[in-house]
Amino acid sequence: MSPTGEPLLADTKSDTAFVEFERVQKSYDGVNLVVKDLNLSMPQGEFLTMLGPSGSGKTTCLMMLAGFETATHGDIRLGGVSINNIPPHKRGIGMVFQNYALFPHMTVAENLSFPLEVRKIGKSEREEKVMRALGMVQMQDFAGRRPSQLSGGQQQRIALSRALVFEPELVLMDEPLGALDKQLRETLQFEITNLAHQLGITTVYVTHDQTEALTMSDRVAVFDDGRIQQLAPPDKLYEEPENSFVAQFIGENNTLEGVVKEINNGVALIQLDGGDLIDAKPVNVTKPGERTRVSIRPERVEMDPSRLQEGAHTLKAEVLEFVYMGDIFRTRLRVAGTDEFIIKTRNAPDQVRLKPGEQIEIGWMAEDCRALDA
Amino acid sequence: MSALTENSTDNGVMMAADGTPLKRSLARALRRQKLRALMLIAPLLIFVLLTFIFPIGSMLFRSVENDIVANTLPETVAVLGRWDASKGELPDEEVYAAFVRDMVVAVEAKQHTRLGTRLNYESTGMSSMFRQSGRKMKKIDPETDGPFKEKLIDIHKGWGDIETWKTLQTHSGLYTSGYFLNAVDAQKTHEGFAWQPEEKQILLKLFWRTLVMSMVITGSCIALGYPIAWLLANVSARNANLLLILVLLPFWTSLLVRTSAWKVMLQQNGVINEVLVWIGLVPDAERLILINNQFGTIVAMTHILLPFMILPMYSVMQTIQPSYLRAAKSLGATNWTAFWRVYFPQSVPGIGAGSILVFILSIGYYITPEIVGGTKGVFISNRIAYHISSSLNWGLAAALGTILLIVVLALYWAYDRIVGIDNVKLG
Repeated sequence: MSPTGEPLLADTKSDTAFVEFERVQKSYDGVNLVVKDLNLSMPQGEFLTMLGPSGSGKTTCLMMLAGFETATHGDIRLGGVSINNIPPHKRGIGMVFQNYALFPHMTVAENLSFPLEVRKIGKSEREEKVMRALGMVQMQDFAGRRPSQLSGGQQQRIALSRALVFEPELVLMDEPLGALDKQLRETLQFEITNLAHQLGITTVYVTHDQTEALTMSDRVAVFDDGRIQQLAPPDKLYEEPENSFVAQFIGENNTLEGVVKEINNGVALIQLDGGDLIDAKPVNVTKPGERTRVSIRPERVEMDPSRLQEGAHTLKAEVLEFVYMGDIFRTRLRVAGTDEFIIKTRNAPDQVRLKPGEQIEIGWMAEDCRALDA
Repeated sequence: MSALTENSTDNGVMMAADGTPLKRSLARALRRQKLRALMLIAPLLIFVLLTFIFPIGSMLFRSVENDIVANTLPETVAVLGRWDASKGELPDEEVYAAFVRDMVVAVEAKQHTRLGTRLNYESTGMSSMFRQSGRKMKKIDPETDGPFKEKLIDIHKGWGDIETWKTLQTHSGLYTSGYFLNAVDAQKTHEGFAWQPEEKQILLKLFWRTLVMSMVITGSCIALGYPIAWLLANVSARNANLLLILVLLPFWTSLLVRTSAWKVMLQQNGVINEVLVWIGLVPDAERLILINNQFGTIVAMTHILLPFMILPMYSVMQTIQPSYLRAAKSLGATNWTAFWRVYFPQSVPGIGAGSILVFILSIGYYITPEIVGGTKGVFISNRIAYHISSSLNWGLAAALGTILLIVVLALYWAYDRIVGIDNVKLG
């Protein structure tokens, strides 16, 4: 991916929807809806991540797409054709499972050969495709091994190449990196996105790890309570959350509660519960008197009042804790009645290192502070 | 600090901190652990040694033990060894004199009837011959009443039969292969080895029947148990518990009760026949014979041994994650292909474990064939029991038991070679 988050092979995308969920609902027990009114459309070649806490319905959506669960209501379409009544083995969707699900009684090569065998592909062509797929993940030397003889990362590479070997147009991944350690996870994140974009395949990726979602995806769908709370590219999701759930869920976030005093020229004046006044950008507040929860990212808090715009409101803060994290400093403050206000500063040569007990003044650009639903 | 705690290498041998070789150091550290482990298993080990291994060993030893002849007739055995039976002449006076001396001692100690019983296994009529002769030989004085040859033949004409002395000579050794030959429908003779007469050949047939029926029982246990085990492994935990209780329910009932219940079910006036007659499927005059034959034994034993098949299968199937089947289907396999290529191979260790259990249990099963097997459905174990408690031919019983043990071990070995014992999982 390029730094802007645009896929390298943007031209493989088309605007027509390749995967579509239309008014999809799912209930297991006939009482509660696990998925409530899901609408989603994906163009071909997109890497979309379903992100959300456990129980938010994201895995259920993936399973409905794969065909292992049936939708209680609504339509799921693949390439314009409704697949509600097509059994999983006829959908031709590649899938990578969290526990890899490599067949333990087969070698790596046999595992990869399996989808080709059931498609009745000839032996020589099969071998060629298997080696090519292993080559994509640099695992040619392991063809004769059993899955149990491989490390977790190697197993996941094999699982990935097995899902790709029969050249599906759509690949689903269900928390594929969940069981790996951090460093390996980062390497594989990069490999998976590269591969997906190189091959131009459409990918639906499920995770509860927001870093993974932000670094890998073209778009992220944030799930909560059986609904998509926001569907947006990573940068937009992080910088412009549309509601307080998304703001809370993605990245670290400071929340202050208060009431809208007035809205002027796209800037809302908020009176916090402690009485202080701050400026914020009204996102889903419309009129004075509404309760709101304002959200500000720790790295957008400014400690130097001279760098703020004229007349900006500032708050007094007391330093409670200073944590040295290497690349950044994480400082916990007491601000407007809360003890959990975090600011993050870059470890630059001229950066001040605050000490607990120090009194400082903080502020922010109004557009970085978002007044969301209460 | 670091110099003391680090290992040093001296001439390629790893040394511990105090300079002793690391291996010895480690062995010393582990010795206490091993001792403690040994002490923990000691009570069971001693119990098993005293009550299981030692008695079974001594029982198996009886299959070759034959010291009764040499102990009861020591002098006779010594001089009879020089007799050449191939000339077709009776032994000379020396043997008869020694025999009388031995017998007088044996009669005094009442050992002669036991010897008669022993030799009767080899040649019918020996038992009564010894009993009758014993009574009369009490009156003979071995010092003064010689020569004895004519006298003995007078007492019982058997002593004038060359075959009698051949039998005595053949079985005078301290150890014998006779019981084992008997166990495979053969006989130890003076010339070495001979098959039993046709009508007495039953044991090999019985061994073969035991093996075949055990295989049929194992096969039907697999066929009936596999779907149940699959269901157990794939329903919700609560339903699985209920099902498991149903599977285990027979375990909590007495074996005898279960077998007798099958008797009630299967007999000609039993539940199954009555129902078949009532619905008109079978005419009253032609009720099915379901019991006292192989069918009865197979049905009853399949039912009784089924849990031993289901439990190992279940515990293996529990470890097969459902994601394997899902993965197979997502890769394009139909339900059947996914089952056959992905699920079934992974469940084979369970089938293997269950099969070994059921097969080994059934090959030595006694009570059920005894009750529902009649004459056509009994196993080799019933024959062993007969020789232990009715015919009192313990040597033959021990030989049969040893052969059974060897067959089981051989099958176990073959299984290990073909399937691999590492592939057996009980849980």
